[in-house]
Amino acid sequence: MSDLPDGIQRREFDGQTRLATRGDPVYGEPTDGGWRCWDAGRSKLGAMLEGGMGIDLSSGEGVLYLGAASGTTVSHVADFAGPTYAVEFAPRPMADLLDVAEARNNLFPLLKDARKPDTYSHVVESDLDLLVQDVATRGQARVAVDNARFLGDNGQLLLAIKARSEDVTADPETVFDSVCAELTEAYKITDRQRLDPSHDDHLGVVARKR
Amino acid sequence: MSDQSTDAGWFAGHTADDDLRAAIRTGTADAPTDWPTAAVNAGFADDTDDYYATLQEATIEAAHDAVAERQGADDQQLLHAVRAMDDATRTANELAERCHKWASTQFDDVDSGIDGARDVASREPTDPVEERVVSLADRIDDLAAEADELRGFIKRLAPEVALNLAEMAGPVLAARLISLAGGLDSLAKKPSGTVQVLGAEDALFAHLAGRGSSPKHGIIYTHPAVSGTRPEDRGSAARALAGKLTIAARIDHYSGDFRPEIHDELDDRMATIRARADDGDEESEQ
Ligand SMILES: C[S@@+](CC[C@H](N)C(=O)[O-])C[C@H]1O[C@@H](n2cnc3c(N)ncnc32)[C@H](O)[C@@H]1O
Repeated sequence: MSDLPDGIQRREFDGQTRLATRGDPVYGEPTDGGWRCWDAGRSKLGAMLEGGMGIDLSSGEGVLYLGAASGTTVSHVADFAGPTYAVEFAPRPMADLLDVAEARNNLFPLLKDARKPDTYSHVVESDLDLLVQDVATRGQARVAVDNARFLGDNGQLLLAIKARSEDVTADPETVFDSVCAELTEAYKITDRQRLDPSHDDHLGVVARKR
Repeated sequence: MSDQSTDAGWFAGHTADDDLRAAIRTGTADAPTDWPTAAVNAGFADDTDDYYATLQEATIEAAHDAVAERQGADDQQLLHAVRAMDDATRTANELAERCHKWASTQFDDVDSGIDGARDVASREPTDPVEERVVSLADRIDDLAAEADELRGFIKRLAPEVALNLAEMAGPVLAARLISLAGGLDSLAKKPSGTVQVLGAEDALFAHLAGRGSSPKHGIIYTHPAVSGTRPEDRGSAARALAGKLTIAARIDHYSGDFRPEIHDELDDRMATIRARADDGDEESEQ
């Protein structure tokens, strides 16, 4: 089971032990004295942590988050991490993400296409500790490889792969294998696990930059 | 922009808020650096906390501007841009043909087309006639360069106006569809059968007047889902593509969300249509 940094705790919500971070609530999640429940059913990263994958998180670390959407997961990340760069390319969810960022001074929203890291390399700093990716579009491995430039030595990748985004007809396991194979261009994979049933046809991957 | 160094941070050389926001939105760099330290060293920020505070303000404002701009989705600017690009390209090609004929009377080895005109433009005129020919070639060079700039502009603007449509059709075809319909609004209101033949109006009217068969596709013919499919399946491919493009345009017009599933569904449909061809091949081989 992953060691949790100070900024993430296991706490009781409605009689169940669940993950929680400290910050302003974002998506109607239950709260308890400043702590907000991290709903693994709505967050793939939450499901990866709940699933006991070998993830190494620490407070104050620098993060690049790709596919931030309206901020469900990246809000929890910004609660425990340091500078957190959140890339999202659709305007609608970005409008919500802006409210999430207003309430967190370490969260930097960027309306950019994750397939074009050149368009934010002048803003996102180098040597980050963590790259979190949940983009659900074709070419997910390519995106992770191209964005490895932002990670420091041994930087960690936490990736949620959606099988259907790569190939709707192929068997998901085949898709996962080929995405993982492409990842090895820039990363060494340390753990992989299906995120069913909370996130069907998704694979969680933990990897280190080579 | 292009002559600016691409290894500088977003803060380099800017002080005004507006410039900083614009730099976040349009700047680029080949590789990231330790920007917080660079900014402190450059005197842009007092310390890293100060840097992050300024960065947050600038990123939020930049994203806010971009969202507001996109939600005001200026489809009309896209429409003018794509028409201007097509006009510039067509005119440049026509003039290049004229220039080629004329220049061939003055110089040896003149190539046709835009490249030929660019070559003529680089020559030193030695008499009044050559002066005119070289000057004409110069204008053609400029016009072709403007068409390229317009294409780049369309590529940036189309995803802002219609993200799903641009993702599915590619930015230039997305712009053409919006232009042919007269706007995103009217494209979103068209039935998919109309979208399928947009750009083939001449053929459609001829068909309605009893001349010729009904067109299977208009401008969407240029999409690889249609052009890359064997001729006997192009009708089904065009119908499937038009259906999904119509949905993409409606999502872009009414909601603005990115919906990965519609792109998956198109791929799904195309895989089925192409599988027919594979099955057919197998049968004929047996
Ligand atoms: C499954 S959602 C992410 C949910 C989010 N990670 C969370 O847990 O709160 C995927 C998001 O990725 C975005 N996306 C897809 N392709 C992208 C790209 N190329 N660049 C940036 N964002 C992208 C989509 O707009 C969508 O909002």
